[in-house]
Amino acid sequence: MASSSVKSAYRQGIRDGAPFILVIIPFSMLFGVLATEAGLSVFETLSFSVVVIAGAAQFTALQLMGEDAPTLVVLASALAVNLRMAMYSASLTPHIGGAPLWQRAVAAYFTVDQSYAISITKFENTPDMTVQEKIAYFFGTVTPVCPLWWVFTLVGALIGEAIPASFALDFAVPITFLAIIAPALRTRAHVSAALTAAFLSLMFFSVPYNLGILMAGVGGMMVGASVEAATQAKTEAPT
Amino acid sequence: MIDRTELWIIIICLGVGSFALRFAFTGLVGDRQLPDWLMRHLRYTAVGILPAIIAPAVLWPAATGGNYDAPRICAAIVTLALGLIWKNVVGSILGGIATLYTLQYLLT
Repeated sequence: MASSSVKSAYRQGIRDGAPFILVIIPFSMLFGVLATEAGLSVFETLSFSVVVIAGAAQFTALQLMGEDAPTLVVLASALAVNLRMAMYSASLTPHIGGAPLWQRAVAAYFTVDQSYAISITKFENTPDMTVQEKIAYFFGTVTPVCPLWWVFTLVGALIGEAIPASFALDFAVPITFLAIIAPALRTRAHVSAALTAAFLSLMFFSVPYNLGILMAGVGGMMVGASVEAATQAKTEAPT
Repeated sequence: MIDRTELWIIIICLGVGSFALRFAFTGLVGDRQLPDWLMRHLRYTAVGILPAIIAPAVLWPAATGGNYDAPRICAAIVTLALGLIWKNVVGSILGGIATLYTLQYLLT
């Protein structure tokens, strides 16, 4: 009885994750292409996607390595992009924190934007799921998404070696990031954070070692957080 | 050219660091509540860091020696506009790339 409900939770996770295949394939191929264009071998490119498994951070690292930024700055910036994973981890904890440690460790590796977004929505809408069902559902959402991230990185890397340099691929990362940010600009706080960060980044352009990017990013986060706090104070205040 | 040792340092440290961030709370903190101010800042990491990375790359691209480049700026505007209206990530990327190639072809 219990095992059949766990299996059906896993299957439902697969169904709910499936639409994201359409997003994952072009993204991972683009990473494969750009990484080989930047001079990485096919093996290095694939290792990158398997070890890190985080699109935006991988693109960030690639962009900054291309600009000859120091190793520490590349790492700090890419990890800053991945700070949101800590937030995902925190918000999944009440739901799957009761699972065995090894399952939580595997789930942590597979915590990506898609698996998090689908799972947290499901968990919040169906509070009577057991921990085993929630973990099974989470791994279900991962199944159509993450293996394709590896496979199509490889496909992209193999194709990339055949693409001529005249394709202005340097601009693929900015275009990709703009397309990711735009739908995320849902509130005034998000818009303020993005505008502040962009403006500060231009102001700090001459700061050595690309540190201006980190400074601008932190500035954007602080503005976003304080606009959110101000908005909340206003709506919560008695009128 | 990217240095091999540096590349592997980045791949490994980024992998370990990303795992640590993902495991931080589900694995180690357990059910403890995080301070509100921290969660509030974490919510704005993506919309803070990503624009900071691309703003100079859009206005002063390295590929043109840091000079203002009309096709790249127009492509950026079209991508952003499509993303804001349409909210379709892959569609916006394709629209931006189409704009870039069309203008590069027309202007050269």
